[in-house]
Amino acid sequence: LPLIWYLVASALIFSIGAGGVLVRRNPLVILLCIELMLNAANLALVAFSRAHGNMDGQIFALIVMVVAACEVAIGLGLIVAIFRRRLPIDVDELRELQG
Amino acid sequence: MAEVIFFFAAIGAVAGAVGTVSLRNPFYAVLALVCHLLALAALFLLLRAEFVAAGQVIVYAGAVMVLYVFVVAYVGGTDEPLTASTGATLRFASIVFALALFVELTIALVGTSLSALDSEGAPYVPGFGTPAQVGELFLTRFLLGFEIASLLLLVAAVGAVILARRRAGLADPREISVAEVMRGREITATDAPPESMLEAGGPPQR
Repeated sequence: LPLIWYLVASALIFSIGAGGVLVRRNPLVILLCIELMLNAANLALVAFSRAHGNMDGQIFALIVMVVAACEVAIGLGLIVAIFRRRLPIDVDELRELQG
Repeated sequence: MAEVIFFFAAIGAVAGAVGTVSLRNPFYAVLALVCHLLALAALFLLLRAEFVAAGQVIVYAGAVMVLYVFVVAYVGGTDEPLTASTGATLRFASIVFALALFVELTIALVGTSLSALDSEGAPYVPGFGTPAQVGELFLTRFLLGFEIASLLLLVAAVGAVILARRRAGLADPREISVAEVMRGREITATDAPPESMLEAGGPPQR
């Protein structure tokens, strides 16, 4: 199977994730959509790693997973902090960045 | 055989992605993302990235998604209202933008002159993508990146704890001592301090 199919699938998943970030308003779901985009990038990286027979792309994909895990931890911490302050969990309502 | 597995996995991954974006309840969106991640792990296996696939299933579908489910359960799966304040025009424009992005990326991919993309990839070398090879690369060529990643994880863990800690402004949930329970005195919402978890429970149920 030509590797271009993997890249097309990756592009499709990335576009879906980007559309989700624009459409949804719940920050939890927006974080999930960012995960989708990162995973699409991972798929492209691993596909290129296979194309070259070089492991560097896989290492890059693993580092991306680490960064995604950090982003999730911070993002969910922010959401819990927002919830504690009884603010609406809605990115359209949360326009002010004052403490 | 590889084609069949690819198309099943790719359809699963795309369907999971669509479900994540379109499902209204955040809890179901998380479950759709788990399906997406498992299908993506199958794609990684097809690309001979065994360790990445295993890491994907264990770290993402295992640990990170459990964190998501906990936060969704804590915050409460608040369904979004059907009538968005942003309006239907912006929503439509977003979908058009996503479609345009996909078309653009596909044109760039199909029109590329990279010859490796039309092949099955480089000839397979035994040991490609195994944990041994990954570990060797992490501890030799990419040692600096590995250490920085570990430091980043530490910083993120500390930051998450500081962000999610209980602020001084909000009252702590009232602790229920064993002695009070034994005395038969029930704690009702009326004697709950304001803004506490007990008050959020509502009026006493009789």
